[in-house]
Amino acid sequence: MRHFLDFEKPIAELEGKIEELRRTTDAGGIDVAEEIGRLRDKAQALLRSTYAKLTPWQKTLVARHPDRPHASAYIAALIEEFTPLAGDRAFADDAAVIGGLGRFRGRAVLVLGTEKGHDTESRVRHNFGMARPEGYRKARRLIELAGRFGLPILSFVDTAGAFPGIEAEARGQAEAIARSIEACLEAPVPFVATIIGEGGSGGAIALAAADRILMLEHAVYSVISPEGCASILWRDAAHAAQAAEALKLTAEDLRRLNLVDAVVPEPLGGAHRDPAAAIAAVGRQIAELLEPLLALDGATLRARRREKFLEMGRSGVV
Amino acid sequence: MNWISDWALPKIQTLFGAKKEVPDNLWHKCPACEQMIFHRDLERALHVCPHCGHHMRIGAMQRLKYTLDEGFQRIELPKMPQDPLRFRDQRRYLDRLKEAQSRLQMDDAVLVAHGTIEGRRAVVAAFEFAFLGGSMGAGVGEALVTAAKLAVLQDAPLIVFTASGGARMQEGAISLMQMPRTVIATRMVKEAGLPYIVVLCDPTTGGVTASFAMLGDIHIAEPGALIGFAGARVIEQTVREKLPEGFQRAEYLLRHGILDMVVKRSEMRATLARLIGLLREPERAVAEGEAGSAAAPRMALPAPENGGDAAKPPASPAA
Repeated sequence: MRHFLDFEKPIAELEGKIEELRRTTDAGGIDVAEEIGRLRDKAQALLRSTYAKLTPWQKTLVARHPDRPHASAYIAALIEEFTPLAGDRAFADDAAVIGGLGRFRGRAVLVLGTEKGHDTESRVRHNFGMARPEGYRKARRLIELAGRFGLPILSFVDTAGAFPGIEAEARGQAEAIARSIEACLEAPVPFVATIIGEGGSGGAIALAAADRILMLEHAVYSVISPEGCASILWRDAAHAAQAAEALKLTAEDLRRLNLVDAVVPEPLGGAHRDPAAAIAAVGRQIAELLEPLLALDGATLRARRREKFLEMGRSGVV
Repeated sequence: MNWISDWALPKIQTLFGAKKEVPDNLWHKCPACEQMIFHRDLERALHVCPHCGHHMRIGAMQRLKYTLDEGFQRIELPKMPQDPLRFRDQRRYLDRLKEAQSRLQMDDAVLVAHGTIEGRRAVVAAFEFAFLGGSMGAGVGEALVTAAKLAVLQDAPLIVFTASGGARMQEGAISLMQMPRTVIATRMVKEAGLPYIVVLCDPTTGGVTASFAMLGDIHIAEPGALIGFAGARVIEQTVREKLPEGFQRAEYLLRHGILDMVVKRSEMRATLARLIGLLREPERAVAEGEAGSAAAPRMALPAPENGGDAAKPPASPAA
């Protein structure tokens, strides 16, 4: 069963109708192929027009769509010989951050991702993609590992943010995030980060202070969730749609602000309608951006990465 | 000012008819113990309650005055694009910004100065919490980058006093990018072999804590300061548990290994001066001519290739 978002209701109704007609046909009833074709065209057109003008809040919902491909799906499709590595060597293994060695287009790389999970069991195991300090410490450890062995780093970011918990604070959530950002910036190897769904604040930048930053067409990247922003500035989370608008959190906005390098178009109706195509497009874009970085030495990469971030926000107004 | 205002409680003052000459802020109520404190006593105590020891929030300028020796220099900070997103909630961000700027007479939430602390050179950056909650947007990030560059240029340690609610939402993802930007600032100072000391003041949370504020060579906090990543309310709603006593307070962080020490405001200057003196001890062995040049960590012993210099006695300590 496909999960439809609220604003997709008219599309859901059409697809329901198509399904019903098909069943009638299968049951040996009258041939309605022509009618089905007509309805299918209509549904496609509606899908196209709806997704062509998604509001920032609707994009937030698409970015959080439960069927949207998550980090593990990207790794499964794009990385050969994937060899997961675990643990922060101090306290625990945090499954909200996944990572390991593998090959991308034949080249050995280090892969990192925040993983939300796809069903109840895996969502609980991955803590819905919200990492604890151990997750960021694992990320830092793996980034340093990549640096030592000259492996390019690919990260796939999809998180609502770092986990807000008592234990997380007691074990230094803030320090763990700060150190992970530092490790990203210091890595003497090419680093391409992709915001595949939600880029939630500090929990996202901890894995995304990279040489090149990609964002999917319907992904969002923000300093705070629209709900959180609304509850502070409007004193009511119900103003989330307005907050989403004001925060300028869409891929298009971030590209215009020069905070991301490229936007990867999604299949019609969002990545969740054709995960394989969405992932393949991301793979092509990563390959394209990674290639020129491979020729640069560690010191140059690091210096340019710093310069890139230092330039952010110095100019450019929406 | 006369003996009456020194001695009498506000209500009694009206009996003496002194009301007109007496501004209404002569007496302060301690937010912790609710005792009344005479303003001069409060100033003498560096805005620490003489009754209960509560460290009250103070402004950035006051912080610089309390920390640096007389004659310090404030530096002008680079201007950043204001309101890059044209953000508007119930009010326009630009209006909030302008209001804060004119009320506090500063461009953004951080002041940077250079001078000496008990005679030892230092660059100090201080947050102003009253300026939009000390939140970090491009202006604040740039202030910290500038402070770091100044420290490197002057071969002086960098000390940052934080007081911030976190990232400045009204600058969206640009404010998020101040996290890596300020981390880069800390790297500049460290790579120059200079101490980077963070003094966490009440309150320090969110993206400020999770970037430059947790990367100090030394982490100090003022007593009772609230320091954390996530807000207490968010945590309570998420874990549906009551938060432990003293959660996210300086003493709690000290117990959990996140701080080096909790230091009273009255002892801060002396502590900073001592730390700088201890951390920069090897500097005394470096010949004066080399002082500003090397980006590599300073060594107490000359490098092997300078064998001829090895016989020379170390330069006398700087005045």
